[in-house]
Amino acid sequence: MIKYGFLVMGAPYSSPAPHSALRFAHAVLARGHQIAGVFFYHDGVHNASSLMTPPQDELNLREAWTELNQQHAVQLDVCIAAALRRGLMSESEAQRHGRQAFNIALPFELTGLGQLLELQQRTDRLITFA
Amino acid sequence: MATPDALLVILRHAPHSSNWLREGLDAALVAAAFGQPVHLLFMGQGIMALLKEQGSGALGQKATLPTIDMLEMYDIDKLWVAEGALQRMHLSTDSLVDGVSLIEDQEISGLLQQHAKILNF
Repeated sequence: MIKYGFLVMGAPYSSPAPHSALRFAHAVLARGHQIAGVFFYHDGVHNASSLMTPPQDELNLREAWTELNQQHAVQLDVCIAAALRRGLMSESEAQRHGRQAFNIALPFELTGLGQLLELQQRTDRLITFA
Repeated sequence: MATPDALLVILRHAPHSSNWLREGLDAALVAAAFGQPVHLLFMGQGIMALLKEQGSGALGQKATLPTIDMLEMYDIDKLWVAEGALQRMHLSTDSLVDGVSLIEDQEISGLLQQHAKILNF
Protein backbone atom coordinates (compact mmCIF):
# COMPACT_ATOMS: atom_id res chain seq x y z
CA MET A 1 0.00 0.00 0.00
CA ILE A 2 1.30 3.44 -0.93
CA LYS A 3 0.32 6.53 1.01
CA TYR A 4 -0.28 9.48 -1.33
CA GLY A 5 -0.60 13.20 -0.79
CA PHE A 6 -1.90 15.58 -3.47
CA LEU A 7 -0.93 19.16 -4.19
CA VAL A 8 -3.64 20.73 -6.38
CA MET A 9 -2.74 24.06 -7.99
CA GLY A 10 -5.11 24.25 -10.97
CA ALA A 11 -8.40 26.17 -10.83
CA PRO A 12 -11.70 24.36 -11.36
CA TYR A 13 -13.13 24.57 -14.91
CA SER A 14 -10.04 26.47 -16.13
CA SER A 15 -7.48 23.74 -15.70
CA PRO A 16 -7.79 19.97 -16.09
CA ALA A 17 -5.80 19.57 -12.86
CA PRO A 18 -8.73 19.09 -10.43
CA HIS A 19 -10.40 16.52 -12.70
CA SER A 20 -7.12 14.65 -13.14
CA ALA A 21 -6.51 14.68 -9.40
CA LEU A 22 -9.97 13.30 -8.63
CA ARG A 23 -9.70 10.58 -11.28
CA PHE A 24 -6.26 9.63 -9.99
CA ALA A 25 -7.60 9.63 -6.42
CA HIS A 26 -10.36 7.16 -7.25
CA ALA A 27 -7.96 5.00 -9.26
CA VAL A 28 -5.44 4.63 -6.44
CA LEU A 29 -8.15 4.11 -3.80
CA ALA A 30 -9.68 1.36 -5.94
CA ARG A 31 -6.29 -0.37 -5.94
CA GLY A 32 -6.12 -0.33 -2.16
CA HIS A 33 -3.78 2.60 -1.69
CA GLN A 34 -4.36 5.47 0.69
CA ILE A 35 -4.66 9.24 0.23
CA ALA A 36 -3.65 11.06 3.38
CA GLY A 37 -4.63 14.53 2.25
CA VAL A 38 -5.04 17.12 -0.46
CA PHE A 39 -3.43 20.54 -0.21
CA PHE A 40 -4.93 23.29 -2.38
CA TYR A 41 -2.48 26.02 -3.34
CA HIS A 42 -2.09 28.70 -6.04
CA ASP A 43 -5.26 28.81 -8.23
CA GLY A 44 -6.24 25.42 -6.81
CA VAL A 45 -7.78 27.18 -3.80
CA HIS A 46 -10.85 27.97 -5.92
CA ASN A 47 -11.78 24.28 -5.69
CA ALA A 48 -12.95 24.97 -2.16
CA SER A 49 -15.45 27.73 -2.92
CA SER A 50 -18.86 26.90 -1.49
CA LEU A 51 -20.34 29.37 -3.98
CA MET A 52 -19.20 27.22 -6.91
CA THR A 53 -22.34 26.62 -8.96
CA PRO A 54 -21.77 24.94 -12.30
CA PRO A 55 -24.79 24.00 -14.47
CA GLN A 56 -26.64 21.00 -13.08
CA ASP A 57 -25.45 18.64 -15.79
CA GLU A 58 -21.80 19.32 -14.95
CA LEU A 59 -19.76 17.83 -12.15
CA ASN A 60 -19.56 20.13 -9.14
CA LEU A 61 -15.90 19.81 -8.24
CA ARG A 62 -16.30 21.06 -4.69
CA GLU A 63 -18.91 18.38 -4.09
CA ALA A 64 -16.61 15.77 -5.62
CA TRP A 65 -13.86 16.75 -3.17
CA THR A 66 -16.33 16.74 -0.28
CA GLU A 67 -17.41 13.24 -1.25
CA LEU A 68 -13.77 12.13 -1.28
CA ASN A 69 -13.43 13.48 2.25
CA GLN A 70 -16.62 11.84 3.50
CA GLN A 71 -16.08 8.43 1.94
CA HIS A 72 -12.33 8.06 2.38
CA ALA A 73 -11.45 10.47 5.21
CA VAL A 74 -9.16 12.48 2.94
CA GLN A 75 -8.13 15.71 4.64
CA LEU A 76 -8.77 18.84 2.53
CA ASP A 77 -6.44 21.73 3.40
CA VAL A 78 -6.48 25.11 1.70
CA CYS A 79 -3.55 27.53 1.88
CA ILE A 80 -4.82 30.55 3.77
CA ALA A 81 -2.51 33.10 2.11
CA ALA A 82 -3.32 31.90 -1.40
CA ALA A 83 -7.03 31.79 -0.55
CA LEU A 84 -7.31 35.24 1.05
CA ARG A 85 -5.64 37.05 -1.82
CA ARG A 86 -8.05 35.35 -4.24
CA GLY A 87 -11.16 36.21 -2.22
CA LEU A 88 -11.80 32.89 -0.50
CA MET A 89 -12.27 32.80 3.25
CA SER A 90 -13.96 31.02 6.10
CA GLU A 91 -16.52 32.60 8.41
CA SER A 92 -13.92 33.38 11.07
CA GLU A 93 -11.54 34.96 8.53
CA ALA A 94 -14.43 37.00 7.12
CA GLN A 95 -15.09 38.36 10.60
CA ARG A 96 -11.42 39.07 11.16
CA HIS A 97 -11.12 41.00 7.89
CA GLY A 98 -14.51 42.71 8.11
CA ARG A 99 -16.00 40.96 5.07
CA GLN A 100 -19.72 40.37 4.68
CA ALA A 101 -19.57 36.91 3.16
CA PHE A 102 -17.53 33.77 3.38
CA ASN A 103 -17.13 30.86 0.98
CA ILE A 104 -14.96 28.26 2.67
CA ALA A 105 -16.56 25.78 5.01
CA LEU A 106 -15.93 22.28 6.32
CA PRO A 107 -14.69 19.80 5.24
CA PHE A 108 -12.23 22.30 3.71
CA GLU A 109 -9.90 23.85 6.24
CA LEU A 110 -7.82 26.98 5.89
CA THR A 111 -4.30 26.31 6.98
CA GLY A 112 -0.70 27.37 6.42
CA LEU A 113 1.96 26.15 4.02
CA GLY A 114 3.50 24.20 6.88
CA GLN A 115 0.66 21.74 6.38
CA LEU A 116 1.85 21.07 2.81
CA LEU A 117 5.35 20.26 4.04
CA GLU A 118 3.91 18.08 6.77
CA LEU A 119 1.83 16.24 4.15
CA GLN A 120 4.97 15.67 2.10
CA GLN A 121 6.76 14.33 5.20
CA ARG A 122 4.11 11.80 6.14
CA THR A 123 3.33 10.40 2.69
CA ASP A 124 5.28 8.13 0.37
CA ARG A 125 4.44 10.23 -2.68
CA LEU A 126 3.29 13.81 -3.07
CA ILE A 127 1.74 14.25 -6.51
CA THR A 128 1.32 17.72 -8.00
CA PHE A 129 -1.67 18.55 -10.19
CA ALA A 130 -1.14 21.94 -11.80
CA MET B 1 26.25 18.49 -2.67
CA ALA B 2 23.55 16.11 -1.53
CA THR B 3 21.88 17.01 1.74
CA PRO B 4 19.68 14.20 2.94
CA ASP B 5 16.13 15.34 3.44
CA ALA B 6 16.62 18.62 1.59
CA LEU B 7 13.60 19.98 -0.23
CA LEU B 8 14.18 21.00 -3.84
CA VAL B 9 11.92 23.81 -5.00
CA ILE B 10 11.84 24.25 -8.79
CA LEU B 11 10.90 27.68 -10.09
CA ARG B 12 9.98 27.87 -13.77
CA HIS B 13 8.00 31.10 -14.05
CA ALA B 14 9.12 34.69 -14.49
CA PRO B 15 8.18 37.41 -12.03
CA HIS B 16 4.94 39.34 -12.67
CA SER B 17 3.43 37.18 -15.43
CA SER B 18 1.65 35.11 -12.79
CA ASN B 19 1.74 34.38 -9.09
CA TRP B 20 3.72 31.14 -9.60
CA LEU B 21 7.10 32.57 -8.65
CA ARG B 22 5.85 34.39 -5.57
CA GLU B 23 3.92 31.40 -4.26
CA GLY B 24 6.79 29.04 -5.06
CA LEU B 25 9.20 31.24 -3.13
CA ASP B 26 6.71 31.41 -0.26
CA ALA B 27 6.73 27.62 -0.05
CA ALA B 28 10.56 27.61 -0.02
CA LEU B 29 10.69 30.23 2.75
CA VAL B 30 8.15 28.43 4.91
CA ALA B 31 10.06 25.15 4.56
CA ALA B 32 13.29 26.91 5.55
CA ALA B 33 11.54 28.58 8.48
CA PHE B 34 10.48 25.09 9.61
CA GLY B 35 14.14 24.11 9.66
CA GLN B 36 14.14 22.05 6.46
CA PRO B 37 17.22 22.46 4.22
CA VAL B 38 15.97 24.01 0.97
CA HIS B 39 17.63 24.05 -2.44
CA LEU B 40 16.30 26.06 -5.36
CA LEU B 41 16.48 25.24 -9.05
CA PHE B 42 15.66 27.99 -11.52
CA MET B 43 14.67 26.71 -14.95
CA GLY B 44 13.21 28.26 -18.09
CA GLN B 45 11.71 31.69 -17.51
CA GLY B 46 12.27 31.17 -13.80
CA ILE B 47 15.84 32.38 -14.17
CA MET B 48 14.47 35.89 -14.71
CA ALA B 49 13.70 35.93 -10.99
CA LEU B 50 17.43 36.28 -10.43
CA LEU B 51 18.05 39.32 -12.67
CA LYS B 52 19.66 41.79 -10.33
CA GLU B 53 18.41 44.95 -12.00
CA GLN B 54 14.74 44.05 -12.16
CA GLY B 55 12.16 46.49 -10.83
CA SER B 56 8.66 46.00 -9.52
CA GLY B 57 5.95 44.97 -11.93
CA ALA B 58 3.25 47.04 -13.58
CA LEU B 59 0.13 48.20 -11.76
CA GLY B 60 1.29 47.73 -8.21
CA GLN B 61 2.73 44.24 -8.50
CA LYS B 62 5.25 43.69 -5.74
CA ALA B 63 8.86 43.13 -6.74
CA THR B 64 10.23 39.65 -6.12
CA LEU B 65 13.89 40.65 -5.92
CA PRO B 66 13.64 41.57 -2.20
CA THR B 67 12.48 37.99 -1.57
CA ILE B 68 15.45 36.63 -3.52
CA ASP B 69 17.74 38.88 -1.46
CA MET B 70 16.16 37.46 1.71
CA LEU B 71 16.95 33.82 0.88
CA GLU B 72 20.33 33.93 2.56
CA MET B 73 18.73 34.96 5.84
CA TYR B 74 16.71 31.75 5.66
CA ASP B 75 19.88 29.71 5.04
CA ILE B 76 18.82 29.04 1.46
CA ASP B 77 22.17 29.31 -0.27
CA LYS B 78 21.94 26.63 -2.96
CA LEU B 79 20.57 28.38 -6.02
CA TRP B 80 20.98 26.30 -9.15
CA VAL B 81 20.46 27.91 -12.53
CA ALA B 82 19.89 25.84 -15.65
CA GLU B 83 22.66 26.83 -18.01
CA GLY B 84 20.61 26.13 -21.13
CA ALA B 85 17.95 28.61 -20.04
CA LEU B 86 20.60 31.31 -19.60
CA GLN B 87 21.94 30.68 -23.10
CA ARG B 88 18.49 30.66 -24.68
CA MET B 89 17.77 34.09 -23.19
CA HIS B 90 21.23 35.39 -24.07
CA LEU B 91 21.94 36.20 -20.44
CA SER B 92 25.21 35.82 -18.59
CA THR B 93 25.75 35.15 -14.90
CA ASP B 94 26.95 38.78 -14.58
CA SER B 95 23.36 39.91 -14.92
CA LEU B 96 22.20 37.64 -12.10
CA VAL B 97 22.42 38.09 -8.35
CA ASP B 98 25.55 36.74 -6.67
CA GLY B 99 25.94 33.23 -5.37
CA VAL B 100 24.20 31.17 -8.04
CA SER B 101 25.55 27.84 -9.27
CA LEU B 102 25.21 26.86 -12.91
CA ILE B 103 24.00 23.40 -13.75
CA GLU B 104 24.11 21.88 -17.21
CA ASP B 105 20.78 20.69 -18.54
CA GLN B 106 21.92 17.05 -18.71
CA GLU B 107 22.87 17.16 -15.01
CA ILE B 108 19.40 18.19 -13.91
CA SER B 109 18.03 14.65 -13.83
CA GLY B 110 20.85 13.71 -11.44
CA LEU B 111 19.95 16.67 -9.23
CA LEU B 112 16.32 15.57 -9.13
CA GLN B 113 17.40 12.05 -8.17
CA GLN B 114 19.32 13.41 -5.20
CA HIS B 115 16.16 14.91 -3.74
CA ALA B 116 13.38 12.76 -2.35
CA LYS B 117 11.25 15.84 -1.82
CA ILE B 118 10.52 18.18 -4.71
CA LEU B 119 7.99 20.96 -5.19
CA ASN B 120 7.55 22.23 -8.72
CA PHE B 121 6.27 25.74 -9.43
